[in-house]
Amino acid sequence: MEQLKGRVIYKGKGEGEALTTSMPISFYGGVDPNTGEVIEKGHELQGKRVKGKILVFPTGKGSTVGSYTLYRMKKNGTAPAGIINKECETIVAVGAIISEIPCIDKVDIARIKTGDIVRIEDGTVTLVQD
Amino acid sequence: MNLTEKEQRMLDGEEGYAVRKSMEILVALGDIYGAERLIKVGSVQVAGVSYHNLGDAGLEFLNELAKDGRVKVLTTLNPAGMDLENWRNLGISEEFAQKQNMVIEAFEKMGILVSCTCTPYLIGNLPRYGEHVAWSESSAVTFANSVIGARTNREGGPSALAAAFVGKTPCYGLHLDENRVPDIHVKVNADLTKFSDWGALGYAIGKKAENKIPYITGIDEAGLDELKSFCASVVTYGAKPLFYMKGITPGAETCQVPKDTVEVEQSDIREAYDNINDEVTDIDFVCVGCPHCSIKEIAEIAELLRGKRVAENTEFWVATSRSAKQLADKRGYTQVIERAGGKFACDTCMAVAPLKGRFKALATTSAKGCFYSRQNNMKTKMGSLEECIMAAVTGKWSS
Repeated sequence: MEQLKGRVIYKGKGEGEALTTSMPISFYGGVDPNTGEVIEKGHELQGKRVKGKILVFPTGKGSTVGSYTLYRMKKNGTAPAGIINKECETIVAVGAIISEIPCIDKVDIARIKTGDIVRIEDGTVTLVQD
Repeated sequence: MNLTEKEQRMLDGEEGYAVRKSMEILVALGDIYGAERLIKVGSVQVAGVSYHNLGDAGLEFLNELAKDGRVKVLTTLNPAGMDLENWRNLGISEEFAQKQNMVIEAFEKMGILVSCTCTPYLIGNLPRYGEHVAWSESSAVTFANSVIGARTNREGGPSALAAAFVGKTPCYGLHLDENRVPDIHVKVNADLTKFSDWGALGYAIGKKAENKIPYITGIDEAGLDELKSFCASVVTYGAKPLFYMKGITPGAETCQVPKDTVEVEQSDIREAYDNINDEVTDIDFVCVGCPHCSIKEIAEIAELLRGKRVAENTEFWVATSRSAKQLADKRGYTQVIERAGGKFACDTCMAVAPLKGRFKALATTSAKGCFYSRQNNMKTKMGSLEECIMAAVTGKWSS
């Protein structure tokens, strides 16, 4: 099993199917908190649902209100099971912390493909099955 | 990041949920941005107050924090989604008002002053030169860093709250000397002849100095209101929340002029207007006060509106802080403006009130106001106060 090392933004364990993109994500306006569907026009993940997935993307973007969107998704049961970033920024970091979603960054995200079964545990990403 | 024993205990939960969550946020941000330690802040300005932006999730989170979270330093609040007293008169729905009041109650429980203004520096939250603060609200952050010479990063709502509960913020970014060095020299060759030109200048410089700290020369004079407008515009349209203006702002005399130079000509100012202004004649909404009107601006509005009447199908709003309105009440400005058919929108503004679908076309003095109103599907016109009052009175844009 391949393991990738990263930096813990929010501790905890998460496991699920990876959903990956090379594009930044804006949670406010870019993801529907009621369904967990990516709705940003022209986004690689447009139409995909992040619910229960290990969401892998380079970094966050957009309005700081996005932190609350993640919190709302967690309450609605539409949040990802974990977040892996290349470089985490304020919006996603704060969102993960207040929503208690395991989150790590400084990971070579190109190694993870959509559909891989991935486990996050503290600072380590394990590719359980790829 | 290195924590003191006391800070570590706060992170471990010694002071309860709100402080623990706050420490988690501050430590994570400190690690992300390479801070070595936390530093004390003199005050906090919290954004993310309008229920329109927070939604039920935000409200729920604030209620969670309000259970045991109490602020440790002077903390003021950004505008809400409505006038907290006179919301009916502004056409706000009962449901919205109820939710907005719940948001405000949560903040009050935390010990925050319900100032509801984007100009905290006008109502008693005025840092000194060099003081570390943790502010959100980009226009106020830019004013604090540039006009006052205080030090703050551009915080989001939750990170500002976290700083308030801990009384500290991670020391990185604009808290450090090395990150406050200007990196582009902006020579202004244009004449600024009316108030809205400051918004246009902010637009032009924001675009030319994207994500940079401009060192601006060629400006002879700028008052509080001009600077407040410029701060809002320059950061909305792309610059970092810090600039130096030679002869006007502190620190400009001692910093080294950057080699990288761009010029702002009269044509750049015209181009800013062309980009901000839409093709539209009929105006159904005129709003002045982004950032919130100072008492001086309210006096000017009253003078221009005296004896006139706002057009029947046009709304005219003066967005300001409650404390500025109280001065206006005493001086009789409120009466003049209301007698003409104008309305005061205290505690709120055009950027955060739930206005989507209510108006077709806005006239304002503010470049930032135009940016946010476009997101509410309005056509926009930016002009001088005189032009805006004319639009309010005639329902038409005339220049």
